[in-house]
Amino acid sequence: MSQAEATTRRETAGAGAAVGVLDRWGHQLQRLPLHLVIIIFIAIWIVPTIGLIVNSFRNVQDMGSAGWWSALFPPHGFSLGSYQQVLNTENVTTSIFNSVLITVPATVIQLAIATMGAYAFAWMKFPGKDLFFIVIVGLMVVPIQMTLIPVLQIFKATGLAGTFIAVWLAHSGYGLPFEVFLLRNYLGGLPREIFESAEMDGAGHAVRFLRIAVPMTVPAIASLTIFVFLGVWNDLLVSLTFLGSSPNRPFTVVITQLVTSLGGGWQFLTAAAVLQMSLPLAVFIFLQRYFVRGITSGSVKG
Amino acid sequence: MDQVITAVVAVIGVPLVLLGYIVLGERVIERLPDTIQTWIRPYFWALPAIGFATIFMVYPLLRTVFLSFRNNADTDWVGFNNYVYFFTFPDTLTSLRNSLLWLIFYTFFAVGLGLIIAILLDRVRYEQVAKIAIFLPVPISAVAASIIWKFMFDYQPPGSVQTGTLNAAIGAFGGQPVAWLVNSTTNNPALIFVGIWSITGFCMVIISASLKSISTEVLEAARIDGANEFRIVQLIVTPLLWPTITVVGTTMIINALKTFDIVYVLTSGAYDTDVIATNMFRQLATSHYARAAAVGVVLFLAIVPLLVVNIRRFQQQEETR
Repeated sequence: MSQAEATTRRETAGAGAAVGVLDRWGHQLQRLPLHLVIIIFIAIWIVPTIGLIVNSFRNVQDMGSAGWWSALFPPHGFSLGSYQQVLNTENVTTSIFNSVLITVPATVIQLAIATMGAYAFAWMKFPGKDLFFIVIVGLMVVPIQMTLIPVLQIFKATGLAGTFIAVWLAHSGYGLPFEVFLLRNYLGGLPREIFESAEMDGAGHAVRFLRIAVPMTVPAIASLTIFVFLGVWNDLLVSLTFLGSSPNRPFTVVITQLVTSLGGGWQFLTAAAVLQMSLPLAVFIFLQRYFVRGITSGSVKG
Repeated sequence: MDQVITAVVAVIGVPLVLLGYIVLGERVIERLPDTIQTWIRPYFWALPAIGFATIFMVYPLLRTVFLSFRNNADTDWVGFNNYVYFFTFPDTLTSLRNSLLWLIFYTFFAVGLGLIIAILLDRVRYEQVAKIAIFLPVPISAVAASIIWKFMFDYQPPGSVQTGTLNAAIGAFGGQPVAWLVNSTTNNPALIFVGIWSITGFCMVIISASLKSISTEVLEAARIDGANEFRIVQLIVTPLLWPTITVVGTTMIINALKTFDIVYVLTSGAYDTDVIATNMFRQLATSHYARAAAVGVVLFLAIVPLLVVNIRRFQQQEETR
């Protein structure tokens, strides 16, 4: 393996021209262990998901009598039975709908508030600003478990427990520190001259924010929207705590409750899992660039 | 139907309300004397964000600490009773031990595999495709990932057909099936592996981005000097990646301590797989608020060092801005 790896690093352009076909084959052969290791990693990371997707298109009886790989060979026995069963299960269709009704407003609310707060932290001076911001940086790592009980008590006292509003607000509160942090760094990196010349032209903060800051921050807001949206869509803990048994609970909570309550015959939930993850996977596949950019900008500096 | 209307109102209404707040508020502020303007304006702008952070994070944090020293009905002080319960009750000690296992193994393998895969993929032409494959579990929810692995770990008694991928593979080599999620020597590693599987792509993407920023000239020079690839990785690549590795590492430690979904969906903490977060949720769900608060405080205390590290790093970054 070490010998193979020793010759692997990017060939220089000049060397490539003289290399004959046979040499190239020999070279590739030496690299075989490297490719094998990579292929094993890819298999471990991709096969489980493929197995689930294949299984979701089989009958529950088939799933119980043979592994998913048997469906790769005829007779495949593909069917939509599991999907029908899932969609006919009590609460499931409502909960998919609920997930949308929870995710979209929660995302919009927190990003709107975060952008505004980030502008203040990036372009205004005020006493206590550094301290406030350090608190926000600290809050980014506070586990939400630490806040669940008092927030639940607030919701119970105000009659919001079990409503969409409760989870919209809770998600917004939990998401804000990170979003303010990220957007403030982005906004703070915009050229100072633009804001100064707008100020000289008599533009107030409202105009500077809405006409300059927000349009120029669109790339950051777009990446962040994807993250926040998927974070809320995939959330279990917040909804489980504040909507646990409410008819407003989202898809993730209903799936979880079905998994834990069904002793046998849970296999049809493969279809539920595929439905639940189809949106995140579609977002990832179609918006890959934003996705990766968001991840790298969020955790590593420049 | 009412709920659809509420949601639509929220999606359109909240930005509109904020817009009105900004425009009208600014109009009022602009009429004020200059000195008051400069004083009040920043607070006006930061108010919604600070308000949310206060109501949903700062106040609850303080109140949780308060509740952890109270009795369950919140009528009297009980000193450290809730903590004594936490540190003496066998079940909670199990959850503490398991969280420690998560902390060590999840962090080590997520970062380690992310690093190894990033370095290996840097050497092949199909890097982009391979990255997509490794990253694929990241956008998948822990709930869906748990169902994916419920099938991988599925167990049938010896003699019957194994439909779980792992046990079928073991059977193909003539081994006995393993009850992965029930057997107390395999279940924690199995759960932790699901966590690692879900997050390695995330670590890989970040480490890979910083790997690409290492100048190829340095590496070429080392190669010309006759250093082999392992030495290069050990002596040049890893030290240069170290800052990134620590950032990713702290994120993973926090993730490990907060772990909830995977354990809750796959075992609900049964068979000695409980972690701090699932333990706390069970206390909360059974209305043992004071005990749950104490668990929350313990979890928070475990994260405080990382919080300090994060703030320090932030301050360093600010100085170089």
